[in-house]
Amino acid sequence: MPTEDKRWRLVNRTMRLHGNQPHALIETLHSVQEYFGFLDPDALKYVANSLRVPLSVVYGVATFYSYFTLQPPGEHTCVVCKGTACYISGASGILGSIAKKVGIAPGETTPDGKVSLLTARCLGSCGLAPAVVLDGQVCGKMTPTAVLDRMEVWRNEETSERVPLRGEVDEP
Amino acid sequence: MTLSIEDLEGIARIEKDKRESFTYQINVCVAAGCLSCQSGVLKEAFEKEVSRRGWENWCSVKGVGCLGLCAAGPLISIQPDGTYYRGVGAPDVSEILESLGGAPIPRLDCASSRPFFEQQPKIVLENSGRIDPERIEDYIAEDGYKALYNALRMMRPSEVIEQVLASGLRGRGGAGFPTGVKWTAVAKASNGNKFVVCNADEGDPGAFMDRSILESDPHRVIEGMAVAAYAVGANTGFIYVRAEYPLAVQRVRTAISQARHLGVLGNNVFNSQFSFDINVRLGAGAFVCGEETALIASIEGRGGRPRPRPPFPAEFGLWGQPTLINNVETFANIPPIIRKGGKWFATIGTEKSKGTKVFALAGRVNNTGLIEVPMGTTLREIVFQIGGGIPGDRAFKAVQTGGPSGGCIPEQFLDMAVDYESLASVGSIMGSGGLIVMDDTSCMVDVAHFFMEFCMSESCGKCVPCRVGTSQIYHLLNRITKGEGKLSDLDMLEDLSDLLKNTSLCGLGQTAPNPIMSTLRYFRDEYVAHIEEKRCPAEACKIHEAREAV
Amino acid sequence: MKEPTSLTGKKLGNDANPARIFTMTIDNRLLTAREDETVLSVARQNGIYIPTLCHMEGLSLRGACRLCIVDVKGAPRVLPSCVTLARQDMEVVTNSDRVIEYRRKILELIFSERNHVCSVCVSNGHCDLQALATELGMTHVRYDYLYPKQLVDASHPRFSVDHNRCVLCMRCVRVCDEIEGAHTWDIMGRGITSRVITDLNQPWGSSETCTGCGKCVQVCPTGALSEKGKSVAEMTKRRQFLPYLQMMRGEGRK
Ligand SMILES: Cc1cc2nc3c(=O)[nH]c(=O)nc-3n(C[C@H](O)[C@H](O)[C@H](O)COP(=O)(O)O)c2cc1C
Repeated sequence: MPTEDKRWRLVNRTMRLHGNQPHALIETLHSVQEYFGFLDPDALKYVANSLRVPLSVVYGVATFYSYFTLQPPGEHTCVVCKGTACYISGASGILGSIAKKVGIAPGETTPDGKVSLLTARCLGSCGLAPAVVLDGQVCGKMTPTAVLDRMEVWRNEETSERVPLRGEVDEP
Repeated sequence: MTLSIEDLEGIARIEKDKRESFTYQINVCVAAGCLSCQSGVLKEAFEKEVSRRGWENWCSVKGVGCLGLCAAGPLISIQPDGTYYRGVGAPDVSEILESLGGAPIPRLDCASSRPFFEQQPKIVLENSGRIDPERIEDYIAEDGYKALYNALRMMRPSEVIEQVLASGLRGRGGAGFPTGVKWTAVAKASNGNKFVVCNADEGDPGAFMDRSILESDPHRVIEGMAVAAYAVGANTGFIYVRAEYPLAVQRVRTAISQARHLGVLGNNVFNSQFSFDINVRLGAGAFVCGEETALIASIEGRGGRPRPRPPFPAEFGLWGQPTLINNVETFANIPPIIRKGGKWFATIGTEKSKGTKVFALAGRVNNTGLIEVPMGTTLREIVFQIGGGIPGDRAFKAVQTGGPSGGCIPEQFLDMAVDYESLASVGSIMGSGGLIVMDDTSCMVDVAHFFMEFCMSESCGKCVPCRVGTSQIYHLLNRITKGEGKLSDLDMLEDLSDLLKNTSLCGLGQTAPNPIMSTLRYFRDEYVAHIEEKRCPAEACKIHEAREAV
Repeated sequence: MKEPTSLTGKKLGNDANPARIFTMTIDNRLLTAREDETVLSVARQNGIYIPTLCHMEGLSLRGACRLCIVDVKGAPRVLPSCVTLARQDMEVVTNSDRVIEYRRKILELIFSERNHVCSVCVSNGHCDLQALATELGMTHVRYDYLYPKQLVDASHPRFSVDHNRCVLCMRCVRVCDEIEGAHTWDIMGRGITSRVITDLNQPWGSSETCTGCGKCVQVCPTGALSEKGKSVAEMTKRRQFLPYLQMMRGEGRK
């Protein structure tokens, strides 16, 4: 295992569940991202060796799928849905005002590391358009102001009260 | 010991008796749309208040799947009165309980949306909003798993396929391929270990039918897959779900483990020779993985790049084995077809398109949400009756069906009966069932630009026409929406569209030009206005801002 | 699991499963074909020219560049001949007006994607892409040039890769995986942002898996992969090794 971190045991569990077979690659990357928040080169190498998949294939798969990220995310995440219904109900207005006021584009994190902005192809919450996911919670019928207000609160937080990832704390 | 029909009926009886012991049932929608409006908290508030009042014996509170009218969440329905309340919050709980047996509370009543709830004869969604998706017993009380029993114990595999053929059911994933014909092909494939795969990738950005079915009635899909597996001779199934649908994933996993526990999945189901189990695989954000050969690659842990067909998956699919791939809604239609017969199903719908279709109605329409209508319903009925028309009484402009592979249908076709053929005849497709309404604030060039951006970034990059062609089209549209286009760009758009349609490797590239071709056909004047007058008629494109910035 | 190596999905040509032989026409010539042969191979055996780019004898089938499209009577659209099986009584036309026009447009799209200015390329005169432009009579590119600025990686002691010249045919990826067995190369990203990579998208020179065999360089159709220290005149590619290696290694893999 790359480190002593006990989250690797959870990743190993996923691989074992699939018989450590090459076809477990995507499921395993899902686990790594769920427990560590992103995929770093050491993790990719470890997964490649464990599943006996060529390094280039692992990197190829990790970058083919937009759900995977190779960058550590900010403390908070804001995912703006860009599905058709959200688009025609004003999702681009929300992205535009974030770019203007906060200065980050989709895929970027604020320099203080507080907020990451992402987009989703469609959350399937079209009935609530425009939808935005703020720290994992789907919020419907959003306005630019509502999103900016929330970001403002996040950015003014003193201590980083990051929500721990699954597996990072001992579950009761 | 395996499950017997007596066991199944016993479970159903106990469940029904329990339901009948309640005078009132309060059904709170706990599908993703309403959950995001705090319906989880609402359900707890009802439970607390009912128990505080000591009404547990005659008033039940149940979390149910999607009630359909997602725009007005959280929704609840009160049975047996059939009252629907919209926008309910925890503070309303006492008032609602007080009003039981009396007149509905006008402030919360969905009376104005009556047509929405009443004009939908439901097959696929028959249990949605009525049963608790996290309890297999609730599904069994609605004749759940009876179709599987009938198939396994009373029919030969070929007889199951005959019923599906007789039903005239066509695939709900987009192309509308006859389901029975596909099953026959897989059944006939002689070699190896066969697989059944449920395509729940639902990548169309404006569609949420499959998500809702999985969240509201997951056992129906499992039962449909099991029947299919019996018919084609498969023992292993996969459900490929988008990772963006965590609630659907969780409900499907719960349902599978309940089904295993009870014995409707596993070895020798209902004491027959048939054994079947299902695994869940998560997608990872790639629209092209909805294409069947890409989906297979993805389940095998590889990048989702389609390969040329033939060989078709029915012959050479997962790990090279014969594989049946159907959409979620296709499988969800199977249990009622087996229970009631293919002939019954074939009485619903149009001559060539049988049964009903679930649509995700969204965009500029009052009643956004999930609807199910018989094939052959007109667009006008869908948008103006069930959908309740356009907010602010603005002017209708178009409906978009089929997502990035579909087209924009203008007003002159509102009275067209919707089925696979009619939609294709006006340059769109049925697709998976996203139906987005647009009014006069939507710019058709901007919509085409939006879909082309989608196709460009979702193209897998394998074949040249799709990889480079979508990018070229996107740049042309970009120019036009900024007021920098030339009239000759329109010819170039048509020319590239024709190239992509005819020479791309998979359905993504072949259909990517549809949004452009249909808007050029019906709304050419909007393109011309952007080019010649440097003006966006809908005032959606920021032509002036863009030019000032230059 | 790899992609299907045989288009029929089954093994043919042994005593238990003899392949059928039948007749078909290509460009109005009556020809015989076997059921496991592609239209492209039947055409080539009979001296009928069909242009190809991603296809390479000895490597797995890909069907991606779409230059080998042909008209087949009764088919809804043009079909790529490299992955289309011959059928009894099939009527194929390899040089109809629309096929020629589509091929030219596809080639222009390739030229518009990245920088393929021949005059400054190491492979000038020995380039498959350049030869295709001549053969298909491509005189200009009607599309806007996209030309993103791509990397040049010269970290390997003997070879270098210039992504500006890459056409994403995946010959290097396939030869490295299927013949050399190293699988150093693969492709990252998707769509227009796809790029070939070595290992974890690291400099080629630092690759832990590259054996330095150079097969990728030999199969590369353009100047994307080249040998260092060779003049333009010497930059011919040697591909004779492929058929024999494939024969020796092929059987076991399938
Ligand atoms: C680019 C592309 C995306 C697709 N996406 C989906 C999808 O999200 N869900 C789906 O069921 N089918 C999708 N399909 C269609 C599938 O390839 C396949 O036809 C379908 O799953 C077959 O099921 P059916 O016969 O039940 O419709 C897609 C096809 C293409 C070309």
